[in-house]
Amino acid sequence: MKNKIIQLTQRDTKISRRKLLGGAATAAVAIVQTAEGKNVQAALTQAQLSDDDPTKKLGTFPGEIGTRSSFEKLVKDPSETSSRSPLQDFYGIITPSDLHFERHHGGVPVIDPTKHELLIHGMVSKPMIFKLADLKRFPSVSRIAFLECSGNFRSGKETLRPQEICGLTSQSEWTGVKLSTIFREVGIKPNATWFLAEGGDAAVMTRSIPVKKGLDDVIIAYAQNGEAIRPEQGYPIRLFVPGWEGNTNVKWLRRIELSDQPFMTREETSKYTEFVNGKVRQFSFDIDARSIITFPSYPQQVEKGWIEIRGIAWSGRGKVHKVEVSVDAGKSWQIANLQEPILDKAHTAFRYLWKWDGNATEIMSRVTDETGYTQPTLKQLVEARGESNGYHFNPITAWQIKPDGSVLFKPESFR
Amino acid sequence: MGILSKSLLIFPIVWGLLFSNSGYLSTHSSHFSPSDTSQVPSSFGFGRLATQAEIDRIDIDVRPDGKGLPQGKGVAAKGKLIFATKCVACHGAGGIGGPNGSLVHSQVEPTKKRAEKTIGNYWPYATTVFDYIRRAMPFNAPGSLTNDEVYHLTAYLLSANQIIDSSFVVTPATLPTIKMPAQPLFVPDDRKGGPVIK
Repeated sequence: MKNKIIQLTQRDTKISRRKLLGGAATAAVAIVQTAEGKNVQAALTQAQLSDDDPTKKLGTFPGEIGTRSSFEKLVKDPSETSSRSPLQDFYGIITPSDLHFERHHGGVPVIDPTKHELLIHGMVSKPMIFKLADLKRFPSVSRIAFLECSGNFRSGKETLRPQEICGLTSQSEWTGVKLSTIFREVGIKPNATWFLAEGGDAAVMTRSIPVKKGLDDVIIAYAQNGEAIRPEQGYPIRLFVPGWEGNTNVKWLRRIELSDQPFMTREETSKYTEFVNGKVRQFSFDIDARSIITFPSYPQQVEKGWIEIRGIAWSGRGKVHKVEVSVDAGKSWQIANLQEPILDKAHTAFRYLWKWDGNATEIMSRVTDETGYTQPTLKQLVEARGESNGYHFNPITAWQIKPDGSVLFKPESFR
Repeated sequence: MGILSKSLLIFPIVWGLLFSNSGYLSTHSSHFSPSDTSQVPSSFGFGRLATQAEIDRIDIDVRPDGKGLPQGKGVAAKGKLIFATKCVACHGAGGIGGPNGSLVHSQVEPTKKRAEKTIGNYWPYATTVFDYIRRAMPFNAPGSLTNDEVYHLTAYLLSANQIIDSSFVVTPATLPTIKMPAQPLFVPDDRKGGPVIK
C-alpha cells in the first residue's frame, strides 16, 4: 500500500517540461498518510502528485498503434491444441482480432506474403497460380459472420466460464475475393463436384468441400476486421466458409484442387466425424443454432434487483429468428430483445431485463433460427443421437444463481 | 488375415452425387448484391498459368482410388523399425496408448464405454493413412519421411491393426484395394435444419 496525499503544503509553480516528462525533482511538498496511518510531511515528484488524478498529469502523446487499457485483462485460454475466446468479456458482436479463438494442427507458420502462392488445379481449364497481390486485384467482398469449431463444448464442473464452455466461436468482418470469382477465372469443369483446400502450415491440413458451397458463399479472405488476417487466423490468406464447421475454413491456404469426389483426408474421416446411433456421421458441415448467456455467468457476482441478462446467439443455417430466456430453470420462457444487425450466419446479441428477487434459480437461453430449428437440451441431443459426446454439441447452457449472488455453471450429466 | 478387394470403390462416387452441382450456375451469386457480379469480364487476367512441374511439386494428396500415390512400396517389418524410432514417443509401443493417441486397435478398457478411435476400428480408407503420414508426420519433423518410409509405416500400421498380413506389400496398386473395417459405418450428414433434432 502506498502513501496517501492528505494536503498539499507547497507547490512548485515553475514546473519544467523535463519534470513533466518524468523528471524526479520535487514538484510539491505535502502532508501524506503512510501505510501505517501516520501523517508526515514529504516531498513529492510530479508523477507522485498526479498519480490518482488524470486531470493533473499530462497524458500519453499520439502513437503509432493503439493499446488496450492496462486495467483490462482480456486473454484467451490456451491449451496445446486451441485457445478460447473470452466470451464473457465481450460487448457487441465483433471479436477483437487478437482475441479470436485459435485452433491449429501444426502450429502457426511464418509466411512471407510476397512469396506465398495459391495454386488452383485439377478439374479446371487453366491451372493457375495467384500471388496475394493478384487476389487483391479481383473484385472484393466483405461479410460479418461467425466462425466456430465443431468441437466447441465443455462441461463437467460448476466453475466454468463461457470461455471454457464454448469459447471456440468468434466473429469478424472478413474481406477477400469470392471463391466463385476465382473458379470462374480458372474455368472449373462442369463435373467437378468437390474441391480440396490445403494449408501451408506444418500440418499441411486438408479438407474436401463441395463445389456447390464454394460457388455459393465461400471467400478467400485476406483481411479481418479492417486489416490483414492475423497469423493465427491464416495470414496471408484463408478460406472463409460461412456457417460451416471451423475446420473447413482452411488457413494459410496454398492449394485448391478440383475433383469429382472427396479426398477422404484425415480431418474428414478420423476427425470431425461423429457417432450417431451406431453410424458415423460424415461431412457434417453445418453449425447447428446455439446461444449462451454471457452475463451473468461464472465467475461474476450479481445483486438483487434489475439485471440485464445478455448473450449471443447464432446459426450456421441462416439468421437468428428468436431467442428465448428462462429465469425459472426452464419452466417458462420469455422472448429476448435482439440487437441489430441480425445477420445471416452471424453472432447476434440478445438482452432480457430481469428483476431478481434474491432467491436461488437457474437462467438459460435458447435460440430458434430461420429454418425453425430450436436449440435443444443436452437430454434431447443425447436421445436424438444415441450418443453422449462428439462434435456439434450445442445444448442449452444453464447458469445457477445462488442467494448470495454468485453464479455457477450447471454441468449436466452426459457421459 | 488379409482382406483384398478388387471391386471399385463406389463410396467416393456416391459422395460426388450427393453433393452434385445441379443448378449452381443460376443461384451461385445469391448471397452477394447484384452490383458485385454485373459487368464482370469472362477473365480478369490476374495470376498466371501453373506449369506441370509447379503442380507436381506440391500436389501431394492421395484419393481413395489411389490417385496421387507416388512410386514406392512398403512392408510391415521395415515399418515397425521406423515406428520404433520416429513414432513411438507419441503413439506408444506397438501404436497403443501413447500420449498423442493410439493408432492400433486393442481391447476396450473396462472403464470406457467406447473404444479409442484408431486406424483399425475407425479409419474408413487405407489411402488416408499414407496421405496423412506423408503430409504431417512425424509431428516434430513434418514432411521428413521418404515415400518408401511412408509406405513401410502404412504397411506396419495396417498390419498391426490386423487389416493386412505382415507379408503384404503396400504399393500404389495394392493400397487402394485394402478394405477398411469401419468404412461401412460412414453415412452422410442428414441434418437439414427445421424442427427435428438430429
